[in-house]
Amino acid sequence: MPATMNPATSRIQVRPSAEREGRKDYISIRDYGFWYGQKKALDAISLDIPERQVVAFIGPSGCGKSTLLRNLNRMNDLVDGISHEGDITINGRSIYDPGLEVISLRRRVGMVFQKSNPFPKSIYENVVFALRVMGVRDRSILDEACETSLRKAALWDEVKDRLQDSALGLSGGQMQRLCIARAIANRPEILLMDEPCSALDPIATGKIEELIHELKEQFTIVIVTHSMQQAARVSDRTAFFYLGKQIEYDTTEKIFMNPSQAQTEAYISGRFG
Amino acid sequence: MSSPSSDSSTPRGEAWVWFTGLGLIVGLGMVIGLLSLVILNGVSVFWAPHVPVAQIDDGRTVIGQLAQRRIRPGSLANAPQYERQYQVGLRELNGNSYLWVDEAKVKAETFPADILGLERVENGPAFVRPQSLRKSDGQVLAITDSAFEAAFQAEVAAASAVREKLVEITRHQIGDVNAEMEAARVALRRAEDLRLTQEIAALRLKITALEGRYAALLAESEKVVKGGAVASLTSRDSAGRDVVIPLTQVVRGWFPNRLDTWGRCQLFCSRVAEFIFDEPREANTEGGLMPAIFGTLVMTVFMSLMVTPFGVITAIYLREYAQQGAILRIVRISVNNLAGVPSIVFGVFGLGFFVYVLGGSIDQLFFGDQLKYNNNTPVFGTGGLLWCSLTLALMTLPVVIVATEEALAAVPRGMREASLAAGASKWQTIRDILLPASAPGILTGVILAMARGAGEVAPLMLVGVVKLAPTLPFDTVAPFLHMDRKFMHLGFHVYDLGFQSPDSDAARPMVFATTLLLIALVVALNIGAIWIRNRLRARFKGASF
Repeated sequence: MPATMNPATSRIQVRPSAEREGRKDYISIRDYGFWYGQKKALDAISLDIPERQVVAFIGPSGCGKSTLLRNLNRMNDLVDGISHEGDITINGRSIYDPGLEVISLRRRVGMVFQKSNPFPKSIYENVVFALRVMGVRDRSILDEACETSLRKAALWDEVKDRLQDSALGLSGGQMQRLCIARAIANRPEILLMDEPCSALDPIATGKIEELIHELKEQFTIVIVTHSMQQAARVSDRTAFFYLGKQIEYDTTEKIFMNPSQAQTEAYISGRFG
Repeated sequence: MSSPSSDSSTPRGEAWVWFTGLGLIVGLGMVIGLLSLVILNGVSVFWAPHVPVAQIDDGRTVIGQLAQRRIRPGSLANAPQYERQYQVGLRELNGNSYLWVDEAKVKAETFPADILGLERVENGPAFVRPQSLRKSDGQVLAITDSAFEAAFQAEVAAASAVREKLVEITRHQIGDVNAEMEAARVALRRAEDLRLTQEIAALRLKITALEGRYAALLAESEKVVKGGAVASLTSRDSAGRDVVIPLTQVVRGWFPNRLDTWGRCQLFCSRVAEFIFDEPREANTEGGLMPAIFGTLVMTVFMSLMVTPFGVITAIYLREYAQQGAILRIVRISVNNLAGVPSIVFGVFGLGFFVYVLGGSIDQLFFGDQLKYNNNTPVFGTGGLLWCSLTLALMTLPVVIVATEEALAAVPRGMREASLAAGASKWQTIRDILLPASAPGILTGVILAMARGAGEVAPLMLVGVVKLAPTLPFDTVAPFLHMDRKFMHLGFHVYDLGFQSPDSDAARPMVFATTLLLIALVVALNIGAIWIRNRLRARFKGASF
């Protein structure tokens, strides 16, 4: 454990981030503001997310962290009356580029939701769904993608004998890992996770966190979480939001050990929020 | 314990529970009452009761099945006098099949074993006391002969076989030849008009050949009619007259006072089978309802096949693609109001638009020759199965649209988001995720639509249902399913029997039997659809969103 330990955060263990190669500003958010109708949900967000790292968004409910996450693959387009200012670029290209189809954006940016939401189809069909909608028909490609994704999601050994069974028969933790397998089946570059463990028990949570560590070798991961411990355990960098504003964004180590803002310290030590 | 005061012990808050419960009881009571009335009256039509011989004090004797018993109109309420209605049959002799008798005037009722009930091809049933049977080989058996009943039944069966063969020749074979001849004549008129000499010769040859076949079939049928001597039954009727009934006229004969329970059950089953599988006779008051059952079934299935895709794609547009706003609200209100439009209005629309405009245009475009050379006889420009199905599909469209919209709205948001986040387009999401997930809800709408459509009569009378259709809309001639043909329908059949029948006494039991059949058919269709829906639901069971 580091010697310069903040007493307020002594319960939280921080895994030191390993520096990997890759673009430092892989996802770049610049002066980003976002409205639901008249209500401003995000204000002047600017942060860079490096390639193949895990970035955690933390903050109290309603602080805008989920809104920001859902804007990274433009899921908020489903909501009526939205507007934005500023820009978000992924690998240098704006996600609002009129020449960029939202479908191809979403194929590059996978997403795992708070509630596991498998389709009422077989396990196999769930995993290969993204490939099917891309028009992949070749059975061998689908089979291979299914196995690879399920292995990466640490679910293969549990379901390999019942791939054709309904996905709705799985346990809660298995369903969430199935959703992860589904999100990575078409090899996206970025994986967005919106409180992926909030409905799971500690054992299932542990498995998913292990998984995040393995997945970051290949994917850039953005995770929204309410659990400070989880943010500390899995992320390399952490952003703290409050009331739609970005209060602090730094390495996880820095945020948890030595936050520069008083609000951040108050939040992670549990004094508000 | 404190003494209960009337003020505080009365439960004021729940005072109306019994009232709402009462509503349910009244509703259930009416449904059960309706069903038991229809079932009792409908089923008893096929049951053969004992047939009495009634001695009346004016010296008359009545042989007949008791049809009903009621308080004599005009008798005093505190001292009711009853009268009985006997079905005596032999309409050609008595002028009427039914006879009212004052109960007070009936001296005695006996149930002799030699009473014979007969169902006949014409003139309704007969209840007689047979004297002797003249078999087709000329042998005469007296009623006292022990072989009488067996010989009688054998002769009836033989006569039925001959009659069926005759029907096969006259109705089907000659019918087919006539249809071909009709087509050939139309073609000939066209060829003559266009001076196609080669074709004229070929068609004349064909018509000559068809005329030859027609003559041959006619000769064959005459041979069947005349072939073999006709067995006949000499009987005594109520009035003591001797009546000779040729057995070719007899569909079925039974000794009602001699039958044991098993025999009665067999007779019951044979009558039910005739009712379901045979064609009607005697102005629809006797025989079976096969064409009407078939027509109702085919029309309902086609209606469902048309209304489901149409309703579903409309609902998809309204729910998923259309800009939500004032215009859409007006459209929704209009669609919902469409469900409240009286059905006869749809019938008028169906006649005006589908039959005259659409059907007329189809005839102009594709059957121009038919119109020109066949005295302007329309093909699709007249009522038919297609227009009936379309009219009812239009009528039940709002039900399917509303059900589909609700089913789509009920699909969990998570499923929609998961699909879109996986890179599926909106249409892929609708096709692969939303529609399968909302299939049970859509089917509920289709079930409601079917239930409404199958029982609808008023609009159908305008667009293609008839009292008696000579042919089924389905046969062995291409294209097998003739959507342009008129057809029979159980609902219309009930109306026709109940209100248009020349012999309302004879038709009354059939009204109940037909109603029962209609209810059974609608229930069967619904059970089928519910079964499919439950299978679909089972696939989505345990979805936790």
